[in-house]
Amino acid sequence: MQFFDPAILQSGQYHDWLVQGLVLSIQLTVISFVFALPLGALVAVMRTSTFAPLRAIGATFVEAIRNVPLLAHLLFWYFAFPELLPDAARELLYANNPEVICAVIALSLYAGVHMAEDIRSGIRAIPATQLEAARSLGLGRIAAVRLVLLPQALRASVPPLLSQTVNLWKDTSVATVIGAAELMYQAARVETASFRSLEAFTFATLAYLTVSLLISGAAHLFQRRYPVRTA
Amino acid sequence: MTMLELIDTYWLYFLVGQYPDGPLGGLVLTILLSGAALLLAMPLGLLLGIARVSPYRAVNVPVAVLVHVVRAVPLLLVLFWAYFFLPAVTGVKTSQATTMLIVLVLFDSIYLAEIVAAGIRALPRGQLESARSLGLGYGAALRHVVLPQTLRHGLPSIVNQLVSTIKATSLGYIIGLSEVSFIATQINTLVFTQAVEVYLILALTYFILCFGLSRLAFLLERRLQRRPEQAS
Amino acid sequence: MIVLDKVNKYYGDYHALVDISERVERNEVLVVCGPSGSGKSTLIRTLNRLEEIDAGRIEIDGRDIHAKGADVNALRAGIGFVFQHFNLFPHLTVLENCTLAPVKLGRATKAEAREVAMGLLEQVGLAHKADAYPNALSGGQQQRVAIARALAMRPPIMLFDEPTSALDPEMVGEVLQVMRTLASQGMTMVCVTHEMGFARDVADRIWFMSEGKILEKATPQDFFANPQHPRAQQFLADHRRD
Repeated sequence: MQFFDPAILQSGQYHDWLVQGLVLSIQLTVISFVFALPLGALVAVMRTSTFAPLRAIGATFVEAIRNVPLLAHLLFWYFAFPELLPDAARELLYANNPEVICAVIALSLYAGVHMAEDIRSGIRAIPATQLEAARSLGLGRIAAVRLVLLPQALRASVPPLLSQTVNLWKDTSVATVIGAAELMYQAARVETASFRSLEAFTFATLAYLTVSLLISGAAHLFQRRYPVRTA
Repeated sequence: MTMLELIDTYWLYFLVGQYPDGPLGGLVLTILLSGAALLLAMPLGLLLGIARVSPYRAVNVPVAVLVHVVRAVPLLLVLFWAYFFLPAVTGVKTSQATTMLIVLVLFDSIYLAEIVAAGIRALPRGQLESARSLGLGYGAALRHVVLPQTLRHGLPSIVNQLVSTIKATSLGYIIGLSEVSFIATQINTLVFTQAVEVYLILALTYFILCFGLSRLAFLLERRLQRRPEQAS
Repeated sequence: MIVLDKVNKYYGDYHALVDISERVERNEVLVVCGPSGSGKSTLIRTLNRLEEIDAGRIEIDGRDIHAKGADVNALRAGIGFVFQHFNLFPHLTVLENCTLAPVKLGRATKAEAREVAMGLLEQVGLAHKADAYPNALSGGQQQRVAIARALAMRPPIMLFDEPTSALDPEMVGEVLQVMRTLASQGMTMVCVTHEMGFARDVADRIWFMSEGKILEKATPQDFFANPQHPRAQQFLADHRRD
């Protein structure tokens, strides 16, 4: 048996498993991102609201999720949450890839609150005078936030948000704990089946490195092309 | 079983795992592992941080590459590498706890290095200059003037790093380490019908621990801002 | 004591110091003045190698300070430097600020350093603040501690880089007083300053700098009564109007 056999990475059953895992990891990242970003924006706006109860709810939400590790979130959504559902809903969940659904819920919430904090600091970076100007044109509060505040805040938030996306990408690996067949799960599976741990983990390492560096590279390019233009 | 009965029956197991009839586990293991990892990571983090701000590219660049690579891969992956390969490399069958500790020390030292580097860069240049113009060499100036101030200002970030480490210990579950999340799942398997209660208690435990520490970091930050120590 | 020979320095294309060739004698008090950007701070900082030169020689006490194998730390230990922004160490008490270098460089035991430091703090009038932290002191007090700290190393030369420029006007006097006393004790001093009163009363010589060159060298009497170079005349006229 060779020390390192790249052949198994290029074709064959193990190759297929690993690629399936990679695909699922990417899917988990993208789907969770789609939920996390709007959630983050919403929570960020709540936390910067002038209405105290909204701020309190936003803050509680963020702290409750942020201070619990992702693994514990995954365990909760997979083992505890279905118990709370009415029977029909539970049946529906179990019939439709519950590992992936629960993983997406946990990842979306976890990434969402971290994005909320990044967007919040982006919002705080925009001077209050911007909102004032928008309001004095006659725009309602929601319209002013949507059309004037958020676009600027989001641009300022893009670098930390992209950094958060890298974290989300890395965090999908933890979904293995509830049996989601993403990349780490498949790498461990290849290891158990073939004892080819070196090749499997090398594949996983390269995959994670590549996507992380691509996203970070995108952040760098974005900052160069769209620098934050202050008033 | 009600929530109270649940706590009453399993609180010790949750707290210390099978100790003394087995290795230490549970919440105490989580806390000890995190604290030990951060403490052990400090010397390495300091060295790497100093290397990060070095003007010599031969020193600066390898550390920068190391930092970027480690931050680009999931902690879990590094944990798997260590768990599957450390016994082969060292010839010793390392326990899950030791493996977890080694990986945590590696990760913490990388993140601490960034905290130290940022702190050194943020210190006014005049501090290093006045230390050097008294005749202190670069090393002595770092030791007696730059680092004491850097570490003091970096304390809130270091406490936040402890919070990250506590959350990171949960990954030990996946390699069979009996930390608190693992124990919670064991309890859930025993009791079977109270998953919601068990996992809510787990979440609450983490929340109290981590939120408490991040509040401490916040208060430390406030205290640092209120006492402006800078001379100019 | 200090010899500068064809010293030149560039920041990129900008010629910051142009062919400086001068001497400073032992026990002399030299004041360097001139408009901002003239290179005064740069010049004084080259003397203890906080800035490096691109051409020329600097000799202190007969030794080339850029010689191969020259120990820059030993050089700096033998020169006291006082900064515009004091740069006291905020995490140490006033006394500890003064004893740090002598002790860590092995020049004195803790007890000896303490005695010397207390004596110097007495001289600058701040012995009662020995256990205070710098942030509890006013700017003038901090600068006086900075002077004591530099003196604790017992250097034969003291360099002052605009020591009063960052101080509120009421506190300038107390610092200048300490400097006057030092001068009267025979210390070799090079001071970059805008304080023309100090220059007139205490300096043995004045160098007027502009655009990296020393345009005029004179005794205070000659300089203030009869400046030769037109730029020096303009400078003094501007200052008289203040």
